[in-house]
Amino acid sequence: MAHGPAKGFSRWLYTTNHKDIGSMYLWFSFAMFLLGGVFALVIRAELFEPGLQIVEPGFFNQMTTMHGLVMVFGAVMPAFVGLANWMIPMMVGAPDMALPRMNNWSFWILPFAFAMMVATLFMEGGGPNFGWTFYAPLSTTYAPPSVTFFIFAVHIMGASSIMGSINIIATILNMRAPGMTLMKMPLFVWTWLITAYLLIAVMPVLAGVVTMMLMDIHFGTSFFDAAGGGDPVLFQHVFWFFGHPEVYIMILPAFGIVSAIIPTFARKPLFGYSSMVYATASIAFLSFIVWAHHMFTVGLPIAGELFFMYATMLIAVPTGVKVFNWVTTMFKGSMTFETPMLFSIAFVILFTIGGFSGLMLAIAPADFQYHDTYFVVAHFHYVLVPGAIFSITAGVYYWLPKWCGNMYNETMGKVQFWLAFIGLNVTFFPMHFVGLAGMQRRVPDYNQFFADFNMISSMGAFLFGAAQLMLLYNVISTIVSGKKASDEVWEDPEGLEWTVPSPAPYHTFSTPPPIK
Amino acid sequence: MIKNFWKDNSTPVLCVKLGATVIGMFIFAIFIMPPLYTLFCDITGLNGKTGGQYNIETKKGVDSFGVDTSREIKVQFIATNNETMPWEFKPIDKTVIVHPGEATVIKYYAHNPTDRAMIGQAVPSVVPYKAAGYFHKTECFCFNSQPLQAGESAELGLSFIVDIDIPKYVKTITLSYTLFDITGNSEENKISQNTVVPEVLQLVSIN
Repeated sequence: MAHGPAKGFSRWLYTTNHKDIGSMYLWFSFAMFLLGGVFALVIRAELFEPGLQIVEPGFFNQMTTMHGLVMVFGAVMPAFVGLANWMIPMMVGAPDMALPRMNNWSFWILPFAFAMMVATLFMEGGGPNFGWTFYAPLSTTYAPPSVTFFIFAVHIMGASSIMGSINIIATILNMRAPGMTLMKMPLFVWTWLITAYLLIAVMPVLAGVVTMMLMDIHFGTSFFDAAGGGDPVLFQHVFWFFGHPEVYIMILPAFGIVSAIIPTFARKPLFGYSSMVYATASIAFLSFIVWAHHMFTVGLPIAGELFFMYATMLIAVPTGVKVFNWVTTMFKGSMTFETPMLFSIAFVILFTIGGFSGLMLAIAPADFQYHDTYFVVAHFHYVLVPGAIFSITAGVYYWLPKWCGNMYNETMGKVQFWLAFIGLNVTFFPMHFVGLAGMQRRVPDYNQFFADFNMISSMGAFLFGAAQLMLLYNVISTIVSGKKASDEVWEDPEGLEWTVPSPAPYHTFSTPPPIK
Repeated sequence: MIKNFWKDNSTPVLCVKLGATVIGMFIFAIFIMPPLYTLFCDITGLNGKTGGQYNIETKKGVDSFGVDTSREIKVQFIATNNETMPWEFKPIDKTVIVHPGEATVIKYYAHNPTDRAMIGQAVPSVVPYKAAGYFHKTECFCFNSQPLQAGESAELGLSFIVDIDIPKYVKTITLSYTLFDITGNSEENKISQNTVVPEVLQLVSIN
């Protein structure tokens, strides 16, 4: 039974071990994160000054599109799946994922999907240039010829996500150690269970919408073509029926990570565990009935505007429950501020700011002013960067000693945190102001009176990029030369993953652990 | 195994269920959402799309020749060419005043100035959208695609009835046609099938 990992490269090719696959997901997502970051820096370099200096407008459009696609599908989602692979079996006391071979497959199709998508940049006519939301007819009638590669890449990513989530659901429902009831599961497991159901429900809709595009482009149908009796607005409805749950797919696992970290460093149990579970489920349910708030300006009837406005604002209630629970967990706790905790606290504060700008955008009459401006860009970067990226970074610092057996350098970790924190705010906070003043997104040039704020944003972006290189350095130096970590790593942390040695052996919980 | 299918959550059965959900959602996105959207828009008139050919006799319990002469409704006609469509396309009658229930015929004019045969397709839209459900077309050039030879012109007929039940506050209806170039889209067999010229068009064809 006690086989170690196989030798050589074939270990990674053929592995069915959840820890190996988790590591591959995490490294892959980090590579994509850096690539998407380079695209972002091209955008920010062009926007450093008004006027056109560095790239052609057409290439600028490809950069905004690819930045969004790579970050959403290449960086954030695989990182969460990687964390799920590593942590869920260890958290529920299972020896591995329920479907280890499918697990291997769902990882290994991803690099091919992204190779295909990134290759479009070198094709005739360039890569996708229609924005990550690929609204028809921009992505059908007016798309570059490479759009077909983009469509197949999205199909493959979708297949990967669907297989990953079937695996996660099967693991959570069937592989828990005896005594690990649903309401004893760590919140990371709970949030991932709900996220996996969201993925099962909406990834096929994404596959459907790109399939309809494919048929419109190549097979003469007219789903989105008004000339043939279709309707471009239908595209936006179907896309956002996928797209809104998708944004929660990128945030719910983050809630789980932060709910694991804050109790450890506040040295208090998580406040309101069951309300956290119900709040997560409510957010997931609401995500299906708010999609049209992305489309307030397409000409919805008044009743529709009102419905989607109120339904959207309703989301603030379960989200508020979560924020108050985290704050209450910290209240009167014996807090210490190690790197994972710093990232988690920054998450709570900055995600709340992003939530507030979301409420502003939810006000339908005001949204007509904000729509497609940098205010929207500021909003979703404030929820995604501190939301997804900071929580993933926090999770990496928190669990890295368990993964590799070595402790990271605390000073380096803190320096990296402050670089990232300052870089993020310098980049995205000024975007609120230029957005409210009317600067449009996805345009390579802008009016001169936005120049100062844009220069500040661009400088912040390069600082934030440098912070991520430092994260890479910290992780590698920890693995290579970090000090040995104890089995418990932190002071009395909760969870089964801390009961195994550091580094976690290749096979854990071959016999189920006893559950208190 | 089969009888306990709904209760059984062992891994293989669970995978089948989740896989079925995935396929179901895919089918929902492609085959159910678009028709549902079209149906929803037909009922509410939301996207301003008008209905298909209207048959007066289908409306039960109403005198099909009943005209409400106490009300007058102004109907305006607009023509737009989509993107690169080179045809000259305009309404001959820009505005008419009608009584609800009264059958009216108006004409559009289309001219193909290019040196090649082309096919156009007009797509209607009604404003205010609440009037869309009360604007009935008994004959319309928009029901079929319109072929024009090089240099050919045609008068395109539209006959319509404004429903006598149209809400009182609607005083003006604007009907907009956008003309699309579908020459490239239609394969040859499609052209021969779809180009049955309706009677009203044969009457007015000139040149």
